[in-house]
Amino acid sequence: MIYAILRRFGQMLFVMFGISVIVFLIFFATPGADPAARIAGRNASPEVLEAVRHSFGFDQPLYVQYVKMMEKIFVTGDLTSFVNRGWRVVPAVMDSIPVTLSLVFGAAILWVVVSIIIGIVAAATRGSWLDKLLMALGLLGISMPVYWLGEVMNLITQSRYHDNWAFSWVPPLGYKNFSDDPKGWFLTLVIPWITLAILYIGIYGRVLRAAIIESMQEDYIRTARAKGLSETRILLRHALRTSLIAFVTLFGLDFGALVGGSALLTEVVFGLHGIGKLTYDALQNLDLPMIMATVMYASMFVVIANAVVDFVYILLDPRLRTS
Amino acid sequence: MILSVRDLRVSFRTNDGLVRAIDGVSFDLEESEILGVVGESGSGKTVSLLAVMGLITDPNAIIEGSIRYKGRELVGLPARELRRLRGNEIAMIFQDPMTALTPVYTIGWQIAEQIRAHQNISKSKAMARVEELLAEVNFPNPHEAMSRYPHQLSGGMRQRAVIAMALSCNPALLVADEPTTALDVTVQAGILDLVRKLRATHKSAVVFITHDMGVVSELADRVMVMYAGRVVERGSRMELFSDPRHPYTRALLGSIPPLTGEKPRRLPAIPGSPPSLLRLPQGCAFGPRCPVQYEPCVSGKPDLGASTHAAACFRVAQA
Amino acid sequence: MSNQAIAMPRKTRGPWAVAFAKLATDRAAVASLAVFLLIVLACLSAPLYAKWAGTDPFASTLDAVIQIDGVDVPVMEQSTEGLGLGYTPIGPTWRLGNYFLGADSQGRDVMARMLYGGLSSLLISGAATIFTLIIGTLAGLIAGYFGGITDTVLSRFLDVLWAFPIYLLAISLSIVTIAQGISIGPIEIESGSLWLPVIIIGIVYVPYVARPIRGQVLSLRHSEFVFAAINLGVPGWRILWRDILPNITTTLIVFVPLMMALNMLTESALSFLSIGVQPPAASWGTIIQDGQALLYTRPLVALVPGLAIAVSVMVLNVFGDGLRDALDPRSKVRLGRD
Repeated sequence: MIYAILRRFGQMLFVMFGISVIVFLIFFATPGADPAARIAGRNASPEVLEAVRHSFGFDQPLYVQYVKMMEKIFVTGDLTSFVNRGWRVVPAVMDSIPVTLSLVFGAAILWVVVSIIIGIVAAATRGSWLDKLLMALGLLGISMPVYWLGEVMNLITQSRYHDNWAFSWVPPLGYKNFSDDPKGWFLTLVIPWITLAILYIGIYGRVLRAAIIESMQEDYIRTARAKGLSETRILLRHALRTSLIAFVTLFGLDFGALVGGSALLTEVVFGLHGIGKLTYDALQNLDLPMIMATVMYASMFVVIANAVVDFVYILLDPRLRTS
Repeated sequence: MILSVRDLRVSFRTNDGLVRAIDGVSFDLEESEILGVVGESGSGKTVSLLAVMGLITDPNAIIEGSIRYKGRELVGLPARELRRLRGNEIAMIFQDPMTALTPVYTIGWQIAEQIRAHQNISKSKAMARVEELLAEVNFPNPHEAMSRYPHQLSGGMRQRAVIAMALSCNPALLVADEPTTALDVTVQAGILDLVRKLRATHKSAVVFITHDMGVVSELADRVMVMYAGRVVERGSRMELFSDPRHPYTRALLGSIPPLTGEKPRRLPAIPGSPPSLLRLPQGCAFGPRCPVQYEPCVSGKPDLGASTHAAACFRVAQA
Repeated sequence: MSNQAIAMPRKTRGPWAVAFAKLATDRAAVASLAVFLLIVLACLSAPLYAKWAGTDPFASTLDAVIQIDGVDVPVMEQSTEGLGLGYTPIGPTWRLGNYFLGADSQGRDVMARMLYGGLSSLLISGAATIFTLIIGTLAGLIAGYFGGITDTVLSRFLDVLWAFPIYLLAISLSIVTIAQGISIGPIEIESGSLWLPVIIIGIVYVPYVARPIRGQVLSLRHSEFVFAAINLGVPGWRILWRDILPNITTTLIVFVPLMMALNMLTESALSFLSIGVQPPAASWGTIIQDGQALLYTRPLVALVPGLAIAVSVMVLNVFGDGLRDALDPRSKVRLGRD
């Protein structure tokens, strides 16, 4: 098992390196414009351009530039924005990470719990109206653009029904630090959590339902029946447990991507200043240094999250431990 | 008498019509008796035993007739009652040991699960019993084997674990559906030995389904030959092998290469193939392939009769 | 089996005919296809609609005045919110051809923009799907068939590309191309061109297609009929063309609607972030972006395009599921997200 984990870890490092190279190539080596001009932003004076050129090593070979970039982003952290003059980008990114993590973990817990319940209920009541309804709702969930759903939620909770007893507790858009105001932190995150979760509950409910139904056709389920076990026990202990493996794999793929995608959009819509919102603002201003930093950090997080999920997967499936 | 099956009929509603998987099967089983059930794929041998166990879950299945276990009628018994019997008094093992066990739990856990599903004993007592069982089925290191996962065991070992699991509650009846077909010959011999030994120690009756006449000749006390959903011949091992009466049985035995005597240039095969269960012939189902078919065979179905060595054949009845 | 049905005409029903018949009985799939075609038709009629309505959906028309039931109504009316300062675009008139859904903050006819926006979204998604399928299939074929170093290098590259979160990759690519466009040798693409989102979205999903294709090609490569062809001395490219490619066509066909659905979501998200379709061009994503500021006063501007996207994606999914069930029920290709 240790070997399998170590191998996965090595793979993770390789991928991180690969991504850093791709980011580097995209930002520094895309043909079309002078990279210094891109980084320094529009209307940069010749001195600034020269300083940028020197600092990033554009007069030197590519691999030196790569090393300098990595240095600035990860080691010294003195990558500065040129749009907001002198604003040190890396600390800003670090500050935004807890916000994103709060959003993402809370949504993940919600979506995993609810989708497991839905998957089990749909599989157990297979073919019934409940099953069909759940699957249709799931389909709707994955078809809606997340930012649009967020807007709709806002429309309902902040505006149209805000004074209604159901939603009057919803605070204005924004984030409250957990350490300052735990209750506020929770309340500001509830609607965003639900928004993000709705998307994924759809697919995960469907996937789990399909996996459970498939498991129930397997030989070992027939053996379990021959043993005289109750259908409930067979469903939960044998079929579900084996189906969770597929569930976890998918979860792994999506959880990481969540950060770079749906979470980003959700933060924008709900005014949560996580790494996504930071990226969005930088996009509006074409603030390249900020984007480089957010993309790098977010990608690294995703890669690590994927690897962690794989570790969990190795722990869950005994067949993988000894291979 | 442990098991008494009378006129069991199982049909399935399908898009193409009604499939008669079993069309009037009757047999008896005594305590500690080994009954060998022989037939080709599609003869209904597996379905009849699945019906006995109450394991037919297809909602399109129609089960009629009578299955009496220790005098108690099983057809129509509520699911909860059947569950109490399954695994407890009637156990079944299946053909493919590779996929028979849940991959994510150790074999110790799975065997203990069966015990604790039927008996109110503590986990540690159950585990102790598991170790005993694994020793009985000749696991070299039972204590260590308990914490192994199925994928860590060979096919033969997995089948032994399955057998141990099936015997864990001391069932009065054990049904084995081709348990050695997926195993190679040397391993097969070990499993057959095991079944014999266990019949002696546990006193369970065994129904052993197979298509291999060699296995039947070694193991069975009594034999039942099935074809197209019906029993075509029944008798003791001696009777069947020394005096096969039904043409099908004779053809099956004839296709085994002889150990002594002249070596045949070709092994006689039965011409044709088994009929589709959707479109069974009006008369005897074996008729079209039978070397001695004559007029009565086309119009009516022969009865098995009540004698201990019986064959469902008009030629035999007339003799 | 299946490739023989393509290469030689048969009197009995080939697998394509069987699949088509099966699909035709799947009412949900057929209904979804019908809805989708309706949407496509509506969007294709965008220029006609704009002409009939007499509006220019791309120009800022703050001073426009329209006629409703004979009364002149300015498109931007005095705001009644808050202090009553500023202007609010009018709400839906529910009259076709006359600011049916109201106006946006630039005074433009939202309905006309919706139709044009749909056209952009559909075109971009469709083109990106084709792009991804071609490049992804090529990559999968080469990696799966030739194996060895080629496969190792390609696979590692695809793994890394796939590990890069889709939106972040798209953001990175967009930001360096949006401002100035691309010029690689003879290929020149301007910054406002719709080709940019097509290429970006196309690239980003290449591993999504390449990896399953590679897997299939790999197992086909080791199948007996390919082995026989190799032994007969059939050259590699011919095997690829005649033996392998026809056997992966069903997978590719199933990919089409599912990828289109994914691409529509991705394109709209990028446009919403202002790095997809650029103004004054419209796509459903940009209209939602426009509608953000008007959310509480004129919610339809943001609501309708989102609904349109949701419906399109849903019907594409249902159709894709039906297509998969008809062609390749054991396939593991399913819609994922991001």
